[in-house]
Amino acid sequence: MNRTVLKIEHVNVSYGDNKVLDDVSLTVEEHDFLGIIGPNGGGKTTLLKVILGLVSPDRGVITVLGSTPVKSRGRIGYVPQISNFDRNFPVSVYEVAMMGRYSHKGLGKYYDRSDRDVVLNMLKKVGLGDYIDAQIGQLSGGQQQRVMIARALVSSPELMLLDEPTASVDPIMQTEFYELLEMLKKEMTIIMVSHDIGAISVVVDKIACLNHRLYYHGSREITPEILEATYHCPVQLIAHGQIPHRILREH
Amino acid sequence: MFEAFQFEFMRHALVAGILASVACGIVGVYVVVKKIVSMSGSIAHASFGGIGLGYFLRFNPVIGAMFFALISALTMGLTAKKTRLPEDTTTGIIWATGMALGIIFIGLSAGYAPDLMSYLFGNILTVPLSDLYLMAILDAVIIGIVAFFYKELLLLCFDEEYAVTAGIRVTGLYLVLLSMVALTVVVLIRVVGMILVIAMLTFPAALARLVTHSLKTMMLLSVAFGMVFTLAGLWTSYLLNLASGATIILLSGLVLLSAYLIHGLVIRVRGQKETK
Repeated sequence: MNRTVLKIEHVNVSYGDNKVLDDVSLTVEEHDFLGIIGPNGGGKTTLLKVILGLVSPDRGVITVLGSTPVKSRGRIGYVPQISNFDRNFPVSVYEVAMMGRYSHKGLGKYYDRSDRDVVLNMLKKVGLGDYIDAQIGQLSGGQQQRVMIARALVSSPELMLLDEPTASVDPIMQTEFYELLEMLKKEMTIIMVSHDIGAISVVVDKIACLNHRLYYHGSREITPEILEATYHCPVQLIAHGQIPHRILREH
Repeated sequence: MFEAFQFEFMRHALVAGILASVACGIVGVYVVVKKIVSMSGSIAHASFGGIGLGYFLRFNPVIGAMFFALISALTMGLTAKKTRLPEDTTTGIIWATGMALGIIFIGLSAGYAPDLMSYLFGNILTVPLSDLYLMAILDAVIIGIVAFFYKELLLLCFDEEYAVTAGIRVTGLYLVLLSMVALTVVVLIRVVGMILVIAMLTFPAALARLVTHSLKTMMLLSVAFGMVFTLAGLWTSYLLNLASGATIILLSGLVLLSAYLIHGLVIRVRGQKETK
């Protein structure tokens, strides 16, 4: 029996009159790789923010790594959508990745040689060994995304949250990115959010569909009925790009 | 220009310029990268309320300004983080309220307010020794805060949301940052005046940003640029008999403008070479 990493029970979140999450319940176990798909504005990012304790729910209980979201901060790796920071910020790739070590340090302590080794190794691992001193904005969108992943990984998280990680990655980079994810899913529990159905179904083990309500069937098979319920209209599944194997049933 | 330094007020002016450059160079970098220029302007202008209170109750107006700057910084930071009120609305309210209070206090105080203009537009030539000590102490406080909170401040300015998830108490840290801005305003009031503070906070840092991608280098350069601007401005104002604060600002403004033009040209020329 696997350890339960995340348990969400009957969570409701509204922004004003706008109900974003409606009675969402979800259980994620250790070493699960869960993909969450759904239309833009369907509450995917909000769900991640609830798990991180950035948004507190109006109703419902969230248990992450055996504790509350706020207490589990520092044990969760988070890769936000790329648009959240100023590309021209005077900071190097190395310094951004080093931010991931913060949760191991805290107030009044300086980063030391062992932090430096961890960060440099991770940057090499994600293929950015040649860019450590580059200013963050000089990198392409896909490379920046890998810096964010490195930043999340150097904190050695037990749970990894990825928000639209393929949004700015070009098709050639995507393949490399999925290989990286394949490697990671042996070491940690991953939740990945995307509106790109084709991309997400390649790597994940389980899929949930989120459009204010969560439709979760515990396998990575999406039925047309679930998709229709999620998107409120008939959806034609189109596979394009390099998808190694077809996992969606003919329909 | 060296014969000018036989006068005590010129030596004081020189020291004041250097002390002001340290504070505005370091804190100005945060103001620029965190994009809190107008909030800083609001803190600076609201400090006028404290200057008025100083006149009214007959204590050093600089102390009053420090008190008001800190209170407005904390109020602004808390409303920004804890309420849904838009940041620029709070900025405007505090900006105007502080100035209005200052005008009322000065109106209430008996007689004529002698060197009011020097608080509004600065007069580096009349900085008393006691204020130099205060400036030195505030510089030390600012350097101490930045040395202690450097990695936290970097996280806060670069990616506030990530800072929260990493376990940083961002509201508290944000208040620390705004308080540093308030202290810097106090350091700069004597040199360029509260109305021109905002220029000294942004010009050197904006110029430094053009030449480096490192926050630490940006701080060092920004301090150096600040020193060059204040000293060159001081010298020019001495030679041409102009208001010192305004001369310093105009000079730095001219340098920054030319730097932007040259920077733009260089980028355009490089772009053309690459397309060929």
